[in-house]
Amino acid sequence: MHTKRVIPCLDVKDDRVVKCVNFLNPRDAGDPAQTAAAYDREGADELVFLDINASADSRATQLSWVRQVAGKVFIPFTVGGGIRTVEDFRAILREGADKIAVNSAAIMNPRLISDAADKFGSQCVVVAIDAKRRADGSGWNIFKNGGRVDMGLDALEWVIKAEQLGAGEILLTSMDGDGTKAGYDLELIRTISQAVKIPVIASGGAGKLEHFYEALVDAGAEAVLAASLFHYKELEIREVKEYLRSRGVSVRLN
Amino acid sequence: MIAIIDYDAGNIKSVENALVRLGEEPIVTRNPREILGADGVILPGVGSFGDAMERLESYGLVETIVQVAERRIPFLGICLGLQLMFESSEESPGVRGLGLLPGRILRIPDEGGLKVPHMGWNSLKFPNSGRLFRGVHQDSYVYFVHSYYLRAEEESMVTAATEYGTLIHASVEKDNIFACQFHPEKSSGVGMQILRNFVSVVNGTYDVS
Repeated sequence: MHTKRVIPCLDVKDDRVVKCVNFLNPRDAGDPAQTAAAYDREGADELVFLDINASADSRATQLSWVRQVAGKVFIPFTVGGGIRTVEDFRAILREGADKIAVNSAAIMNPRLISDAADKFGSQCVVVAIDAKRRADGSGWNIFKNGGRVDMGLDALEWVIKAEQLGAGEILLTSMDGDGTKAGYDLELIRTISQAVKIPVIASGGAGKLEHFYEALVDAGAEAVLAASLFHYKELEIREVKEYLRSRGVSVRLN
Repeated sequence: MIAIIDYDAGNIKSVENALVRLGEEPIVTRNPREILGADGVILPGVGSFGDAMERLESYGLVETIVQVAERRIPFLGICLGLQLMFESSEESPGVRGLGLLPGRILRIPDEGGLKVPHMGWNSLKFPNSGRLFRGVHQDSYVYFVHSYYLRAEEESMVTAATEYGTLIHASVEKDNIFACQFHPEKSSGVGMQILRNFVSVVNGTYDVS
């Protein structure tokens, strides 16, 4: 039976895993490959690494930890952060990453999505979106540069365009929810999931077991992502999956 | 020694890493002599059926692969590598596949809100016993990413199946030919066991008892 996925997210700065709350104040939380291997043992279905200060200068560092993760962990993983060109895609995929998440670069140059999908297949193109509810409550705007710059672009319109361009998956982060532990933005997830055929990963706001269930069942996400909860063992992945299974959600438990 | 066929199809590093973890020293090559000289051959692949066949042809590898099959060298296709072993695919009408095995590659029906591609972990049933699945329990989960699926003509060669809107033939075995629609190299411990079984076949250490 097809299962819903539980995905820990690892923010990486230089070559260390860190945790940011509301996109600020990084705290050190370990080595990428070792942290990844521990998550694999705990039953993570997939991993997402977001390199929070990647730039052209730090590319070599990025490739080095990607290589180490790929040599140690045999579940799918996504790398995001600072990826701007098809050549960046190629270099990171060649080291053993399975998918690449693009955010600001795709907003600035949507053709990056179609070029990468043509070259490497849609399955490896994840479009990451930082969405924030508009003050008038009429919908959500997308932000770039790690949530710093409001693009004045509607999230729903952008997601539909991204799918048409060949995105294989949407990583949908609610900026309102991120770091609050108050629950995922279910209305956002539902709106986006219903608008596209590709899988949507819900991100931002998980704080307790019920939140995962709500995002997957009530809002229709294909996967749920959380960072600090898992890092600091406030919840274990196995615990989340056992809870989901007890409520009738199909998950992988070995 | 296992040769991984390099035809710019991506995803090769993961297969190589997994074999290294199992103590193998695989070579990644498109040299026909190296491929035919190997004890086992793996055809990985992501991307489209038509593009992949075009690349295999442009590198002169189609004939090499047919010889791998004829010479009974243990041969494993992964993901698109499975699909290429068959005659044709709905993904690329008019393009001939390698035609090593009889069957069709069809589009996953995206009815009833089913997300396509089929991406994520799904469980396996074993309609026939297969050497790749020794030590793997029925209902074990493996990782899939695909939009097209195999319907093999001979059910007797289907060694694993899964459900995603429709019945999907997830693995086949015939003589020296093995193929998996899922990614064993990305399927954690279960996937490692499957690759370990292939390595045992290659090294002649597979114990039939």
